[in-house]
Amino acid sequence: MQKKLILDSHLLEITISRLCQELIENHGDFEDTVLLGMQPRGIYPAELIHLKLEKSTKKKIQLGYLDATFHRDDFRRREIAKANETRVPFSLENKKVVLIDDVLFTGRTVRAALDAMISFGRPSKVELLVIIDRKYNRDLPIAADYVGKTVNTLASQKVLVEWEQQGKPNKIWLINKD
Amino acid sequence: MSRLSQKHLLGIKDITREDIELIFETADNFKDVINRPIKKVPSLRDVTIANIFFENSTRTRLSFELAEKRLSADVVNFSASTSSVKKGETLLDTVNNILAMKVDMVVMRHASPGAPHFLANHISANIVNAGDGTHEHPTQGLLDTYSIREKLGTVSGKKVAIIGDILHSRVALSNIFALQKLGAKIMVCGPPTLLPKFISKLGVQVELDVRKALEWCDVANVLRIQLERQQIKYFPSLREYSLYYGINKKMLDSLKKEIVLMHPGPINRGVELSSDAADSQHSVIPDQVENGVAVRMAVLYLLAEVAA
Repeated sequence: MQKKLILDSHLLEITISRLCQELIENHGDFEDTVLLGMQPRGIYPAELIHLKLEKSTKKKIQLGYLDATFHRDDFRRREIAKANETRVPFSLENKKVVLIDDVLFTGRTVRAALDAMISFGRPSKVELLVIIDRKYNRDLPIAADYVGKTVNTLASQKVLVEWEQQGKPNKIWLINKD
Repeated sequence: MSRLSQKHLLGIKDITREDIELIFETADNFKDVINRPIKKVPSLRDVTIANIFFENSTRTRLSFELAEKRLSADVVNFSASTSSVKKGETLLDTVNNILAMKVDMVVMRHASPGAPHFLANHISANIVNAGDGTHEHPTQGLLDTYSIREKLGTVSGKKVAIIGDILHSRVALSNIFALQKLGAKIMVCGPPTLLPKFISKLGVQVELDVRKALEWCDVANVLRIQLERQQIKYFPSLREYSLYYGINKKMLDSLKKEIVLMHPGPINRGVELSSDAADSQHSVIPDQVENGVAVRMAVLYLLAEVAA
């Protein structure tokens, strides 16, 4: 198994800062904007971004966690992970929603998340932020609005993201499975 | 692992502690779903479920039907009283005919203990036992245990008294198995005629004085006197039963402690529970009904996953 480092913690820090700047550019004071981290692994970058944004805008910004397990289209077709907690303690009605995930791959999780989100109201706009965009691997016509880094990968490869919230330094790896 | 060890839910006896924990964790998420403005998820949109009830039911049947619909399953309902069963069709023929219409799961209530086990040996669909005679009622056992976990934070080490007609109760047996697997201490209490002869062999304490049982326990699960299953007289009169084993609010208040009062329904008010006790602050009976839907959603969801 070969492991290649895509982003180390220093570069990741810079990337996340840039993503925050892009968000501020488009959302100003975040009056009508909410952040939604996607369970299970999108909540870590969502927390980092949320913290940084609140610091630089000095505003309270709403952050929720969305689990799309029950909305997946591959249930009963392949083994899927256990459901996680959804915590969206606010309405999404007429809000601008920024969905945050670690890796964009086939786009199926995002499709499921778009479906799951509707249970909390009709957002006026939904944007997608991902740290890693795995180009050429999409199954659905889904694209991210904010991208940390685009990587060309084979479907057989795996992107491993480690977050400090899980007790490891922030690092992103590309793994070749043999 | 996030899968059940069994393809069917025939009884709590057959499933593991890990299965129960997985069902509870999944039910936590479904409880959240059913409290949203849109109470529905599309998970089982390609699954058809038949609810086959050979015995009367309101709560269980409604609860299963709601759970199925909130998972987006297609649902067909069948009750024996209005069907060809009356014309002499056998159980296996009836179910096979329903399955020929491409049904994936069967939720069945039957008056004969073991009826769902018999079906499980003969058909390929997943089977959920919704009560088989005086044997087991696994989803009730799960939802009662889930309600205790929700109210007290944990089940392990808690003292649960099951009070009333233990002899005819499938709820008692499923509760005993579920609670034991999660590490609770259990006492059964009732008139000696309504306690099964070898019940202590299951590792439960036996108490004949309801007051002592209440003083001992953290949770009192009160069961209905099942007159419809009693072929002979087990006690002189309902009035006398109520006098010796009925629970009222005064009695609960005099315990001077926190006690959780449960009842699987239907309640015979004034017999096993007085109205003021059933509606008191000790009672979690409405929570049990709400949790019933979430727990049944979890069971159906997880079984559908195993079947695929």
